[in-house]
Amino acid sequence: MELTDKELAQQILHLAGTDVKRCIQCGRCSAACPAGDKMDYVPSRMVWELVNGNGASLVKADAPWRCLSCFACEQRCPRGVSPAAVMEAVRLTVIRKQGANKLPAESLENYPADMPQQALVAAFRKYNK
Amino acid sequence: MQKIGVFVCWCGSNIAGTVDVAAVAEAVRQIPDVAFATDYKYMCSEQGQAIIRQAVQDYQLDRIVVCSCSPRMHEATFRKCAESVGINPYMVEIANIREQCSWVLKDKAEATAKAIKLAKAAIAKVRFNTPLHAGKSSVVKRALVIGGGIAGIQTALDIAEAGYKVDIVEKEPTIGGRMAQLDKTFPTLDCSACILTPKMVDAAQHENITLYTYSEVEKVSGFVGNFDVTIRKKARSVKADMCSGCGLCTEKCPSRKTPSEFDMNLKNRGAIYIPFAQAIPKVPVIDRDACLKFKTGKCGICSMVCPCDAIDYTQQDELITEKYGAIVLATGFELLPLDKFGDLGWGASKDVISSLQLERLTNAAGPTEGHLVCPSSGKEPKSVVIVSCVGSRDTTERGKTYCSKICCMYNAKHAMYIREKYPNVDVTVFYIDVRTPGKGFDEFQRRAVEEYGVHYVRGQVGKVVVDGDGKLTVFASDLNSGRHLMLFPDLVVLAAAVKPAPDARKLATMLTASIDNDDFYVEAHPKLRPVESPTAGIFLSGMCQGPKDIPETVSQAGAAAAKVIGLLAKDHLETNPCTAVCQENICSGCKSCAHVCPYGAITYADKQIITLNGTREQRTVAVVNEALCQGCGACTVACPSTAMDLKGFTNKQILAEVDALC
Repeated sequence: MELTDKELAQQILHLAGTDVKRCIQCGRCSAACPAGDKMDYVPSRMVWELVNGNGASLVKADAPWRCLSCFACEQRCPRGVSPAAVMEAVRLTVIRKQGANKLPAESLENYPADMPQQALVAAFRKYNK
Repeated sequence: MQKIGVFVCWCGSNIAGTVDVAAVAEAVRQIPDVAFATDYKYMCSEQGQAIIRQAVQDYQLDRIVVCSCSPRMHEATFRKCAESVGINPYMVEIANIREQCSWVLKDKAEATAKAIKLAKAAIAKVRFNTPLHAGKSSVVKRALVIGGGIAGIQTALDIAEAGYKVDIVEKEPTIGGRMAQLDKTFPTLDCSACILTPKMVDAAQHENITLYTYSEVEKVSGFVGNFDVTIRKKARSVKADMCSGCGLCTEKCPSRKTPSEFDMNLKNRGAIYIPFAQAIPKVPVIDRDACLKFKTGKCGICSMVCPCDAIDYTQQDELITEKYGAIVLATGFELLPLDKFGDLGWGASKDVISSLQLERLTNAAGPTEGHLVCPSSGKEPKSVVIVSCVGSRDTTERGKTYCSKICCMYNAKHAMYIREKYPNVDVTVFYIDVRTPGKGFDEFQRRAVEEYGVHYVRGQVGKVVVDGDGKLTVFASDLNSGRHLMLFPDLVVLAAAVKPAPDARKLATMLTASIDNDDFYVEAHPKLRPVESPTAGIFLSGMCQGPKDIPETVSQAGAAAAKVIGLLAKDHLETNPCTAVCQENICSGCKSCAHVCPYGAITYADKQIITLNGTREQRTVAVVNEALCQGCGACTVACPSTAMDLKGFTNKQILAEVDALC
């Protein structure tokens, strides 16, 4: 089922786990971003789109694939918002939408018992719907 | 038989929106001794009070319960109303069904049930109310102002002009405060020193004002009208009455390694120094931590060159005790230390400075005599970047959550005076929002852009990189265009957040004045009592209460003075009759109560007591000084034999309230 713009944004927000409403659009994240000049949407713009519930424009953006996950944006933010988490959430949403790496919970018993828990948790976090 | 009247207020829709007020009135009507119960839209209004007065006459009421807002809001109103129809004001009880009921509950049935319970508790208490009578205490006709900046000076001048004695206690060696450091003031760009120094002189020369500079408040006790204050006058090591202020000692002092606090560390001062040329009093002070004489015993040059023989290395701190009727807090502000802003170049380059440092660099009386230069090279900058909101509106541990209010205006001011004096210097201001509410303020900021050609960029600086040669690179974003900017200024100015003076918290504890999370003093009411502390007799003036500019500070200083004058003009004050009382026949004289009393109101006396079984005996019992007692009730809790009771809140009354709720 195709998600609406708002539902998509809601899903990204849920995955990001950062309170984007605290953002005051100062732009310090964008100014600190080492890849910002290569992005179509700078980090503060990504946050702004999410605040306004524009899920579709977020998943279309090229910026998350330019993001280095260096967390400079999060470190500089005076409001405790993490634009890096928004970037990651958009990446996850796009990957999941492609349906390529689906990881159903029922398949858990098929994995070897000695598989590192961290890897399992990380995989579920990223690919489980 | 008692006759209780219950009056349920709607408070418009504040209470009636959530509580079925008619049902509350109906429920309490069923309670024995309730002779009358009704509800009305605004009980505090003239019409509402008329209903109370009429009911008192019609039903011969002797006790009143008002179910309304917090007693902090209108208890005094309803007590006055009762008094006007011959009921003792302390026969009135308030059931708070607004703050503690309608405002915190959503469900009407639940809120109504709670309101009825609160009303029942108040009725249970009022049955045991007894008439109380306020006592009288005297008022010392002298005020203390703590802090000698523009706020303290203005407050002191206004009080002194009304004919009352005022003492100013200033911890620095001179009065003048932050305003003395400024070059010009917005929005008229008049010279700060030109408008401040005459006021400093007025304060120093006024017959009603005594200055205690280089002094701190050490201890405060007492209460409104009768504060006892100990002031520590720190040793200057210079005899003020003999010093002529010639400054020879400060010139000859060989110790030159201490950064000048007044010049924001941009220049060094001697160990013996006068903060600035127009200082009042113009008497130097020896910084004993820096002085060679104190550190090594060798030197003594200042003493040798002094033509007046005023240097005294043996001078001791002096303790002064004085009585005051009122105390004004005017302790001012400082800039947020920027240690956590290394990413903006702070600490990495001398050319990244704070706004107050820029103020000193452009001040004709400053370390460079007003020539704007880069501190690292001593050369004029070609371009300057100003960064707004450094530490302001910052909810992380680096900064302060509030807007510092004055920065947008002084940034425009700084940009203007740089462009005015050095038209070839490029100035760029990075901002989140430009906040300029105030008379002539927005016009002022627009002039910076339109007439002075200052570049305003909506966006923030992400980082300032200092390379090996000390060159600065500013990475910033221009949010309007979405472009990334890279600038190479010679000077970066950080508009740091303001914060209250560091000793604000210590003073608040000493004075039992309330303080908020950021250490700003809290006012008694944010709108209606903005210059009073909730603690009676303590008043607030200037930045210590919240960020504000000079015009606002001066207005508040005048307002605080008016309140102080109003207090000092009274010959006596009515004291709160709700004080502790000792039931002597069960007091064992254990002194538990005196240990917990924060006001020192309890002493002990040997008295002839008629004991519970009727015999007479000599015993040590507690005696409460009603003038000192503030009615906090700590002693009643500490007393192991329940001998201590608080009038108006007796153990019996409290238990009756609890019983009614259970």
